[in-house]
Amino acid sequence: MVTKMQSTTHATPHFQADHGHGAHHHDEGFWRTYVFSIDHKVIGIQYGITALAFLLFGFSLMLMMRWQIAHPGISIPLAGPLLEKLLGSVAAKGVMSPDLYNSFGAMHGTIMVFLAVVPLLSGMYGNYLVPLQIGANDMAFPRLNMMSYQFYFIGGIVMFASFFIPGGAAQAGWTSYPPLSEVIPTDGQTYWLIGMVFLITSSLLGSANIIATIVQLRAPGLTWMRLPFFVWSQFVASFLLLLAFPPLEAAGVMQLMDKVTGSSMFLPTGLSVGGKIANVAGGGNPLLWQHLFWFLAHPEVYVLILPALGIVAEVIANNTRKPLWGYKSLVYGSLGLGFMSFIVWAHHMYLTGMGTTIATFFQTTTMIISIPSVIILTCLLMSLWGGSIRFNTPMLFALAFLPMFGIGGLTGLPLGFSASDLHLHDTYYVIAHFHYVVAPGTIFAIFAGIYFWFPKASGRMMNEFWGRVHFWLSFIFMNLIFMPMFAQGLAGMSRRMSDGGVNYSASYFQANGIVAAGGLSNNIMYLNNTILWAAVGLGLAQIPFIINFFYSIFKGPRVTSDNPWQATTLEWQTPTPPGHGNFLTPPSVYRGPYEYSVPGHPVDFIAQDQPDKAKA
Amino acid sequence: MEIPYTVEARPDTGVYNAKLGVWLFLASEVMLFGGLFSAYVLLRVGTPPELWPHGWLNVKLGTLNTVLLASSAITTLLAWAALKVKKFNHYRIYHGLTLLLAVAFLVIKSTEYNDKFHHYEIVQTDGKIADGHLVEKSADFDLVKKTGEVTLHHVRVVEKTEELADLRHAKPPGEGEVKIAAANIKKMQNYGPYHNNYLGIYFTLTILHALHILGGAIVIAFLWGPGSKMWKTEPERFTNRVEVSGLFWHFVDLVWIFLFPVLYLT
Repeated sequence: MVTKMQSTTHATPHFQADHGHGAHHHDEGFWRTYVFSIDHKVIGIQYGITALAFLLFGFSLMLMMRWQIAHPGISIPLAGPLLEKLLGSVAAKGVMSPDLYNSFGAMHGTIMVFLAVVPLLSGMYGNYLVPLQIGANDMAFPRLNMMSYQFYFIGGIVMFASFFIPGGAAQAGWTSYPPLSEVIPTDGQTYWLIGMVFLITSSLLGSANIIATIVQLRAPGLTWMRLPFFVWSQFVASFLLLLAFPPLEAAGVMQLMDKVTGSSMFLPTGLSVGGKIANVAGGGNPLLWQHLFWFLAHPEVYVLILPALGIVAEVIANNTRKPLWGYKSLVYGSLGLGFMSFIVWAHHMYLTGMGTTIATFFQTTTMIISIPSVIILTCLLMSLWGGSIRFNTPMLFALAFLPMFGIGGLTGLPLGFSASDLHLHDTYYVIAHFHYVVAPGTIFAIFAGIYFWFPKASGRMMNEFWGRVHFWLSFIFMNLIFMPMFAQGLAGMSRRMSDGGVNYSASYFQANGIVAAGGLSNNIMYLNNTILWAAVGLGLAQIPFIINFFYSIFKGPRVTSDNPWQATTLEWQTPTPPGHGNFLTPPSVYRGPYEYSVPGHPVDFIAQDQPDKAKA
Repeated sequence: MEIPYTVEARPDTGVYNAKLGVWLFLASEVMLFGGLFSAYVLLRVGTPPELWPHGWLNVKLGTLNTVLLASSAITTLLAWAALKVKKFNHYRIYHGLTLLLAVAFLVIKSTEYNDKFHHYEIVQTDGKIADGHLVEKSADFDLVKKTGEVTLHHVRVVEKTEELADLRHAKPPGEGEVKIAAANIKKMQNYGPYHNNYLGIYFTLTILHALHILGGAIVIAFLWGPGSKMWKTEPERFTNRVEVSGLFWHFVDLVWIFLFPVLYLT
């Protein structure tokens, strides 16, 4: 797909970044270079590798759960004996017990959101790309940057360790609603809370760093409206992390007080545990946790989606060879999205019996927030119009992102209205909805970004054929997993049931002489099987990616140019891979981020740091 | 490799990196304490008014601590101002004072905590409640085996726990010591965070605040001691560090300005 035209700025790639940096070049040794590095690119890669490992781990938890859902009470093939060996009685005879199912469910959500996707988006992409795209030589606070990775890593270790303590990991869902989360008699929840405090601290340090970097370290000439959209998306997402996470930290500290000191800020009067009145002071407010939790967790959704939109925008502009349609609308749309995301949180709580006035407010704001989302998606769709599109692997993932995110977003509308939400709340419909946003949505954008920026980070290309295999299989299996869940949810199947809904199935009712309206039909129940095998397929579909990724690091074809995709933004105007300090000479910016196919120009792109001929 | 604007301000934003960084950090801190203050409000409005405690904290000590922190805000500012006019010795004095004030604050705060952990509410088998400070437990005191006795002083004896809620205008407790046998004790609990939600949120808020004081004090101690070597090599950068730590310190003071009336006076 790389055309014969060469980048005008760096016709031959600089494989060693140290040219021109001799004065600052000194051998730091292994530990300083790879483990305790303060180079934003190394930290970005550290985040990337750790988070990809957690992504795979979180997925494998789910794979085992899907087996249990489709075949409740039957030993898990391959993994079952291993689970029994590692975790003991909760996986006796290789069968996943309901307790273990609850642990895996809670940790799947926690790991995917806080240890995989957010660290990939803000940790990996934010760290690696933001300084490069704004022409800076590092983040504003490099040592703080290293610390935020270390906090993230410690948080991950604490979460991971909690699987192996007596009683196992947290079991009350990634939302950790009290009183349930506080009265389950294991320390898993305490580990969860301590892990979260580390992860939140890491996010706070990281997001303050990204914002300060964008505000302070933009290259000369890089005005706000010349920023690549990806930088804008990171800017808004970082503000969301910065301002929305602390209330959850507050709630986490309060729940930790409840767990550790025995206070009862989230435990109501008259709470009964196991048929006995709990020995607590009571008077606490369980709904308070829900408010503080969703005050973070709704903006968090936009932290998960905004940088993904940024990645997709970069890939689309590059591969359509034309400017993004409606750049300013994208920018203002994402700012609007960021602002609105702070006042929609209680639409997760319609079922708590809030008054109609409050519900009306949150329904209204929820409908309003769909406007900037649709503006952004429309801009990205319109950007395709009339383009001469290069269908390479990153572009395939970016293109698939658009309808997948569209499905995820539009299926959210019935959840935004309390009338329809009361039926759909906590069913598989909700699961399908947000997974469409995050799995074939955000994770596809992450894949697009990996294939797209891999040559910059490694100096080698990934294999295009296996990339396409990875894409098409992932695309098919993702939809086979999540589309049936809409049907299951509409039929009333609840989430978080370790038997996959058997106890509510029509056949169970019949067999046990239970007279009840409905019951989940055999067809709906059969979909559990479809989803299981689609999930297995999705797992297998990642093998080409994993092999391609590691093979290409060492054996992939070397790039012949510093700018193999012929892109305009500054990260491509560096040596490949960029050394510590990034740019050979401090860049100046003379134009907007997407000057593709400018009429009258000899090549179809003009890099941001290329001066105007008239002025030069 | 030099990162720009570590010392001098970027012309179009008017600040150096660390100053922006600390303001961003403080924004997140506002949300952290904002979340906790919201929790306080919701816990309080969710409690029947006659059960919400008043006058449980020592207003004199609280006022003293407020004065200490307010003074430390002044000394912090003067320390930075002294560096601005290149009087390093004055800086050492003022920031030394800041440190002493911070330590005094923490000492007073810990005596207040200590007081709460020695303050017991004892429900007796006859239903009466004895509420007072622990003098000693006899050697064989054991609530489960019902042996031994506990000695309290400054004791109030009331019929219902509600009578202990508002102590602002209550009669002072009795002076003498009271001994209560373990056999007569139904339930015995000190005024820890588990006692009720007022104390729960009180401990959460003030411990988190005290940790901020401690963190700030460690930074100031560093800048006062080993970190001050930077004054000789990079005076401007050192002054910036003092300014940034001062911004944080003022925020921590400000939190206390809210904590004091909310927890002590209302």
